[in-house]
Amino acid sequence: MKISIQINEGPYQHQASDTAYLFAKAAIDAGHEIFRVFFYHDGVNNASRFTMPPQDDRNVVNQWAELNIKNASGEPELVVCIAAALRRGMLDESEANKNGVEGNNIHPAFRISGLGQLIEAGIQSDRLVVFGD
Amino acid sequence: MATKKFMYLNRKASYGTAYAIESLEVVLIAAAFDQDVSLAFIDDGVYQIVEGQNTDGIGMKNFSKTFHALGDYDINKLYVSAESLVERGLTADDLMSLVYEDEDDDWAEKPSVKIVSNAELTKIMSDQDVCLSF
Repeated sequence: MKISIQINEGPYQHQASDTAYLFAKAAIDAGHEIFRVFFYHDGVNNASRFTMPPQDDRNVVNQWAELNIKNASGEPELVVCIAAALRRGMLDESEANKNGVEGNNIHPAFRISGLGQLIEAGIQSDRLVVFGD
Repeated sequence: MATKKFMYLNRKASYGTAYAIESLEVVLIAAAFDQDVSLAFIDDGVYQIVEGQNTDGIGMKNFSKTFHALGDYDINKLYVSAESLVERGLTADDLMSLVYEDEDDDWAEKPSVKIVSNAELTKIMSDQDVCLSF
């Protein structure tokens, strides 16, 4: 089955991202395809490459990166909503340049894109599963 | 592209959290995809379409007027939970008058909001292909 996931909550504050990760992992292990994971609301914070949890805790961001969810062209399918990301201080290199600020924090296993990617995921997938409050 | 039935479930009040405004952003984008779109307002989500909202005191944008634009985007199925209204002491008269122009009926202006029981809403939800929850 082709499955997409929407994550509405940030890491560590809320279990949504952890649960979604375990769900995605189990789905892949069971032979399903994860078409796209879309990070929205505070969920965009799951894509920060500056996330540094203590040694004895899981690294939520790296866990997602290790799932290596990509499309046929090799682009990441861990997609961060651009509008939600920019207003929360999450920028990739291109957005940082565009907005004239130094530094960027999107992990390379993720990419920034528009809300249309969420709708498209809903259209293309057999199931869209939402994690959040 | 295939047409699917998308329902946006609005469960939170307009302010206090970003769920409501960011849900509306998705709905407006979704309109460009030519899908069958409906909205449901349940729990505190019913507050999103209450008439006479004023954000002057909280320094936030009053986005309630945007709901009036939905009709122009062919989004005219807005279901409101009757039970959620009653639980909050609200009636149909407290809600914004949201309308659309029906092109199949000489552009007659018709109400977009429909108050339904939770049992009816359950049926409508189970008839959807995709439910996005906010």
